[in-house]
Amino acid sequence: MISLRRRLFALLLAATGVIWLSAVIWIYLGSRAELKHVFDARVREAARMVHSLVASGNMATAIAATPFEGTSYARQLSCQIWSFDGRLVARSTGAPDESLAQDKEGFAERQLNGEAWRVYTIVDAAKGLRVVVGDRIGLRDRLVRDLVAGLITPALLIVPLLAIMIWVSLGRGLRPLNAIAGEIAARDGEDMRPIDSEDAPTEVHPLLSALNGLFDKVEAARRHEREITAFAAHELRTPLAGLKTQAQVALAATEVPVREGALNKILVSVERTTRLTRQLLALAKLEATPERKTDSKASVGAVLREVVSSTPIPEGIAVEFDPAIDQLPLSGDRENLHLVLRNLHENAVQHMPKGGRVVWKGLSNGTGIIVEDDGPGIPDEELAVVARRFFRGRNRSAFGTGLGLTIAEMAADRLGTRLTFENRPDRQGLRCSVIWPQTDQGCVGA
Amino acid sequence: MRILVVEDDPVLSDGLKVGLGLSGSTIDRVANCADARAALAATPFNAVVLDLMLPDGSGLEILSEMRERGDVTPVLLLTALDEITDRVRGLDAGADDYLGKPFDLDELSARLRAIARRREGRAGPLLKAAGIVLDQATLRATVDGEAVSLSRREFAVLSALMERPGVIRSRAEIEDRLYGWQEEVESNAVEVHVHNLRTKVGRETIETVRGLGYRIRGRP
Repeated sequence: MISLRRRLFALLLAATGVIWLSAVIWIYLGSRAELKHVFDARVREAARMVHSLVASGNMATAIAATPFEGTSYARQLSCQIWSFDGRLVARSTGAPDESLAQDKEGFAERQLNGEAWRVYTIVDAAKGLRVVVGDRIGLRDRLVRDLVAGLITPALLIVPLLAIMIWVSLGRGLRPLNAIAGEIAARDGEDMRPIDSEDAPTEVHPLLSALNGLFDKVEAARRHEREITAFAAHELRTPLAGLKTQAQVALAATEVPVREGALNKILVSVERTTRLTRQLLALAKLEATPERKTDSKASVGAVLREVVSSTPIPEGIAVEFDPAIDQLPLSGDRENLHLVLRNLHENAVQHMPKGGRVVWKGLSNGTGIIVEDDGPGIPDEELAVVARRFFRGRNRSAFGTGLGLTIAEMAADRLGTRLTFENRPDRQGLRCSVIWPQTDQGCVGA
Repeated sequence: MRILVVEDDPVLSDGLKVGLGLSGSTIDRVANCADARAALAATPFNAVVLDLMLPDGSGLEILSEMRERGDVTPVLLLTALDEITDRVRGLDAGADDYLGKPFDLDELSARLRAIARRREGRAGPLLKAAGIVLDQATLRATVDGEAVSLSRREFAVLSALMERPGVIRSRAEIEDRLYGWQEEVESNAVEVHVHNLRTKVGRETIETVRGLGYRIRGRP
């Protein structure tokens, strides 16, 4: 992982470097152009001056007046006066013997003994002379280089200082980030409080709100898990407590009816606990298997008949099965279909009063099946949460586990069907519907 | 003792009714918060056994409401949760004791007796007055050192009188102790029990205060 500080440091240093380099190049080019201009002017000026002296006949003074000899910079102008017939009439000290002159009047660059010269020539046709003043280009370049070097040297000395300042400033600038990182690192696994973004820099706010959102989600998931665990503990331990209490009653009771009552209650409780275990296993299996498997398809009629015939029906309760269900073109994965129908059927049977009827029939449009019972129904405010895990409503049965409708709904979801619960409009009781999705071709099983 | 059991599991609730009944208590049962509120408002109980997870709410709500309105009835919480924080929360909400499911019936019974007698200001397990000693754990009674055999109802009547020796207990109060809601109360049941008790513990010991009730006559 790249450090933000190092990354910013490198970027800032590179940017500073590029800017400096550009500045140096600019200064170099600018100075060179400016110096060329100035030196050219001086060369021309010197040539004119010498020429004017020559023109007035004072040759010796002219040569002596040739300026700029031996300056501290060792820069020299060289002056030559040539006659038209190629004789060197005069020259300044240090000026080369070879001719710098050219035929035409004006500026020119010449190579002489491997040295580049910038020369200015004045042609005096009246006196038959050429006055030449020249300047070594090498010297000019050196002047520019020295100028630039003079600028760069302190800059290079400043670079390490600047680097240190950037590094320290970055450290200070990134301190809020470190503070937040420190706060998160110092937390234990339980602490899901949102991070306070009040003092944080605005750039970090999106990150913080994303983190806080994540904290919220994790916290909600954990709360959910805790609730489930609490419910599971309650639902498992309460029947155990009942079993133990009834067993102790059976042991302590001296009267036969009391003992028998307790033993019967133990049987009921074992039955319920068995069912609870089965439901928990079914639920665990549903949660572990991938969604919607279609290994073996089965028709609704066949599975429903199997469910109805395998569920023990208490005395005085009737189960009606509309044979038209067999004709419905509804099918689905056998295992899930079985789970849906079985749990709905058990739920209906459990809540049945003596003399009640559980009726299975197809929806009139053939897209699903419904089961109606004569039980107490579900209070409206509980309808929405009735499939919640371990939810046992006000009208609970002694055998309920709080898991049946949860399993039914999960399995219905795997089937691709929709499960709805409503109180019967015609009389007291619950109506559960399993509705298959509609397609253009009609109704299909998932 | 008259005890209210607030528990939604019918098998456990039935076991508590029968089981605690065996140790001489009268049990009333409710299965949800709403019924528990109604029961607590209508009847004085010696103790309440309160399940935490009820279909229409938490037992803690009931407990907090009781304590808020100054109801000092001892409460024992039953819960399926083991976490210490849950126990602490229950006790801090005003519970007197706490048992995790599953529990031992005898232990529950003993704990109920303990919190009930503490509420009455007694630390010892024995009720003593006028030469009579009652052991509520074993339902044994002695008069001047001699063992006396009492029926469960007689024991309950005598306990009610001996919890506060010298204080008059009305017939209705004693009936409340003896009979749960569903039980038929014979009109002269208390008189019959008091009559029988007098033959066993001494005619002078139980005094009838005309028009008010009964009390144990002070013989320390």
